[in-house]
Amino acid sequence: MPALLAAILLLIAFPYLFTQPFLQRTMILVVMWSVLGLAWNFLGGYAGQVSFGHAIFFGLGAYTSTYLFIEYGVSPWLGMIAGAVVAVIVSAIIGWPSFRLAGHYFAIATIAAGEIFAIIFRNWKAVGGAVGIYLPIVRGDKLSNFQFHDSKIGYYYIILAMLGLAALTTYALERNRVGYYLKAIREDPDAARSLGINVTLYKMYAMALSAAFTAIVGAFYAQFVLYISPNTVFALNISIQMALVAILGGTGTLAGPIIGAAILIPMAEYTRVYLGGRAGGLHLVVYGLLIMIISVYQPGGLMAIYNQWRRKETAQKMQQAADAASAAREG
Amino acid sequence: MALLELNGLTKQFGGLMANYDVTLRVEEGEIVGLIGPNGAGKTTLFNCITGYYRPTSGSVRFQGKEITGWSPDRVCKTGIARTFQIVRVLKEMTVLENVMVGAFLRHGQTKKARRKALEILESTGLAPRQDQLARNLTIANKKRLELARALATEPRLLFLDEAMAGLNPSETNDAVDMVRKLSQQNVTIVLVEHVMKVIMPLAHRVVVLDSGQLIADDTPERIATNERVIEAYLGEKYRAASRSH
Repeated sequence: MPALLAAILLLIAFPYLFTQPFLQRTMILVVMWSVLGLAWNFLGGYAGQVSFGHAIFFGLGAYTSTYLFIEYGVSPWLGMIAGAVVAVIVSAIIGWPSFRLAGHYFAIATIAAGEIFAIIFRNWKAVGGAVGIYLPIVRGDKLSNFQFHDSKIGYYYIILAMLGLAALTTYALERNRVGYYLKAIREDPDAARSLGINVTLYKMYAMALSAAFTAIVGAFYAQFVLYISPNTVFALNISIQMALVAILGGTGTLAGPIIGAAILIPMAEYTRVYLGGRAGGLHLVVYGLLIMIISVYQPGGLMAIYNQWRRKETAQKMQQAADAASAAREG
Repeated sequence: MALLELNGLTKQFGGLMANYDVTLRVEEGEIVGLIGPNGAGKTTLFNCITGYYRPTSGSVRFQGKEITGWSPDRVCKTGIARTFQIVRVLKEMTVLENVMVGAFLRHGQTKKARRKALEILESTGLAPRQDQLARNLTIANKKRLELARALATEPRLLFLDEAMAGLNPSETNDAVDMVRKLSQQNVTIVLVEHVMKVIMPLAHRVVVLDSGQLIADDTPERIATNERVIEAYLGEKYRAASRSH
């Protein structure tokens, strides 16, 4: 508990402790990917339905809020909610047929769905086609504008609040019937059905929750970068990185996706900075390597390694205590 | 009104008649044994009743209500629970969590589901193992856990698919006691079992399937001397054994 409190205080104080723009930007990305990892985790971790199509919801969030803002002057905050609603509806349309597919086939279907959305938006002239959309700059750096130009700190606290919301939602889910049901579905869908669980319905709940959070971050991203295009927000890369952040840290846990993002994102940013021009895409090679190492060595991710280590530690301590007790008896 | 009524239940897989024209009644409070050679269609019959297969024709009625073709989760909600021939525990969840998943069906709140699950763990003797991961249990305890989990859904009718296969004699005795206890708690039970020593003293009635068809439906004593059953399933040795008694 004290460690958790310290971590939260450190996160809140971060922009005042580290004032370099590069560090602040990296930290915003770390937090953003933590939220995305947690969002992916609802479906991929708890319900065990691995999706490589979450860029769909990210892109829908970004496009919905941006389009409503530019065409109708709707506040990006409201646009963000609208984006979440659109993403939930689309998640149901995609989920209903594809949840009939098991395991790998579901993952493949989500890749296909993701590519379909990328192609649609690349060819949709009304929303900027392949060129994308630049967001108009609004001066004033007010929270209500959802734009900050003098300092990025505003963005940091917004995304940090979103992380808080995603973490609390995960925490509540783990202790709620829905969380238990999702885990049961992940473990054995047929057994889950025998216990009165409507498997397809609960998978759709998980996907809706996952889609809503992803879309909210998508809208945030649009406001943060102020430029969106199909190649940036509907990219397969985004889908893969969301999955990777959660898988590296440990799926089906609260801390896993946050740890995954804290390792992966700085690594990607630093390799980009130091090797950028010479070895573009090197971080992708490292990603590939990581996926291989995790899947061979510990599919449970870093959290599973940590838990193993902790169990060993406790066992050792108990053994030592037992030894000491027997030594005392003999002495 | 019978608790469960099957009328002309037929299940066809391509050219194979897995169940053909099965008509059967199960009364409230009974323990019914379902026996038959391998491939006779016992598990298929379970799957047709509990919603895993849709019958090709015929009907299933539970408490007078038509439930033919219902999905497994709806069947469970209406009060029919089952275990599986090959155990299907939720491996990476603890024993308590496994049973809580079942208990959530009638108790939406986590606290209440936990209380119900603990109660069931107590009565099934699994309480000392409540924090173990289900995958670390012995086969006997996995079967017991599956039963506990099914009970947590508070069924009126319980289907046990070879709940005692692979258990040693003392584990089998425990399981038999458990079934008796459940029966006294007003749960109606249908069990598939191969061990005749288990089924004969336990069941009130024995139903025999052969090649998908019902060939006998009688008391255990009369089944033991039924010519057709001996020929199809029990075998000559059984006749010799029962004569010597």
